[in-house]
Amino acid sequence: MPDLGFEVLLKGKNMARLLGGLGTAMQISMISVAISIFLGIIVGILMAWKNPISRAVTRCYLEIVRIMPQMVLLFLVYFGSTRAFGWNLSGELSAVIVFSFWGTAEMGDLVRGALDSIPAHQYESAWALGLSSGQVYRYIVLPQTVRRLIPLAINLITRMIKTTSLVLMIGVVEVLKVSQQIIEANRMSSPNAAFGVYLVVFLLYFAACWPISLLAGYLEKRWR
Amino acid sequence: MMKKSVINILKTFAVWVVALMLLLSLAACGGASKGQQEAGEASAAGGSGSDQGDTVFRTLDEIKESGTINIGVFSDKNPFGYVDENGEYQGYDVYFARRIGEDLGVEVNFVSTEAANRVEYLETGKVDIILANFTVTAERAEKVDFALPYMNVALGVVSPDSRVITDLSELEEGDEVIVISGTTAETYLIENNPEITLQKYDTYANAKNALENGNAVAWANDNTEVIAYALQSPGYTVGIPSLGSQDTIAPAVSKGNESLLAWINEEIKGLAEEQFFHKDYEATLQDTYGMDYEESLVVEGGVTKQD
Repeated sequence: MPDLGFEVLLKGKNMARLLGGLGTAMQISMISVAISIFLGIIVGILMAWKNPISRAVTRCYLEIVRIMPQMVLLFLVYFGSTRAFGWNLSGELSAVIVFSFWGTAEMGDLVRGALDSIPAHQYESAWALGLSSGQVYRYIVLPQTVRRLIPLAINLITRMIKTTSLVLMIGVVEVLKVSQQIIEANRMSSPNAAFGVYLVVFLLYFAACWPISLLAGYLEKRWR
Repeated sequence: MMKKSVINILKTFAVWVVALMLLLSLAACGGASKGQQEAGEASAAGGSGSDQGDTVFRTLDEIKESGTINIGVFSDKNPFGYVDENGEYQGYDVYFARRIGEDLGVEVNFVSTEAANRVEYLETGKVDIILANFTVTAERAEKVDFALPYMNVALGVVSPDSRVITDLSELEEGDEVIVISGTTAETYLIENNPEITLQKYDTYANAKNALENGNAVAWANDNTEVIAYALQSPGYTVGIPSLGSQDTIAPAVSKGNESLLAWINEEIKGLAEEQFFHKDYEATLQDTYGMDYEESLVVEGGVTKQD
């Protein structure tokens, strides 16, 4: 077996540091995911609402998020807020703000898509049966929307977890940064450590995202 | 009917939430460029000596009072700034940073920086000092204030023992030199020795393989890189340890932070007495570069050899 430099992970607290870095990444992404899902549903309803003002506003918001790379948003919030308002936001808080800002827009668009995908005749049939608007949403629209949303939302959530690797640019030491630190600290003694360490990082990301996929599969089956 | 009105209230509420978020985001965009101007004005004011309360940086007294100094270092550039297996910052820059904290009587809070965001950290005052292998250039000096240097950096050329190149004039017709694209070595050779044919590679690993396969007669790169390479690879020698313009590495502070800058300069001059940076070299760089390069790399008391 080729030398993959796994021994560097056994040195000192390296493995614990790597797991700590994963913890940081998960903390940022999970808080952002929770905020994004909550606000995303509200934004999604607004996007689907046939009101020209709400459509225009949400459309603008979505386009801003789409055209701005997350990297730029991170710099804008972390350094820009200090320049503009003198706020000294921590890297972690800036990351949560940016990821929620991004996640809410994308989640909103997913909710809009799911709501739009319910055919108009279902509303009409329900109203014809004498259901109130609230009942239509509660018994007809919502169950179908949520089921259609799950796979899309999972894609977004796992993407948010993986994108946390960008926060190293604003001084937050997360799993990828720790792995680079370990590789570089052992550049001379274990030149091949990059392979082993990145392999472990791959497995850690997998371990973080796989349970979410499993949960999604379970929910999709349960709510069929 | 009841439920319908609840939904309507929810929608109205949601419109306001989104409108507010949008407004905030626009304010952040618009504010950023305005803030940049303000920062520029503030630093100009600081430079002329007047002490405005609205500056981005912390003065020496403010740092002392707070009990902590924020120093931006690399966390993945062994042996200059890196994190060891116990999670402790180590390296040539870090050794100096610790001494600064000790002499100021404050705790050092290390901030992990990247090459691309070092200037930004100082411009926003998010760190007090950058000690991250920061090469002094005229372009950077417009945005930050450099203190006295504490290390030399130049280009170097490594070649096989079978034919050691000790001067670029030894290169004959048809001899090629390896460089990594985008490095200062490439720029320097194109500018000053256009007659030399260059072989360009994108990565360190490819350039290394090319030299070892004998694709070219020599490899030009930062001298610290080629020295470290030659020490690790028997059969290769650094024939030219310093080529071209000597650049220096120095601590940097936010533009206009005169009190801190003056203190660092005094500190560097004072440390010459005990040959501090030689000790620093021996503690952190010797394992990588050996003893032969101590005099050419270390700058003591801020005085470079050319002065």
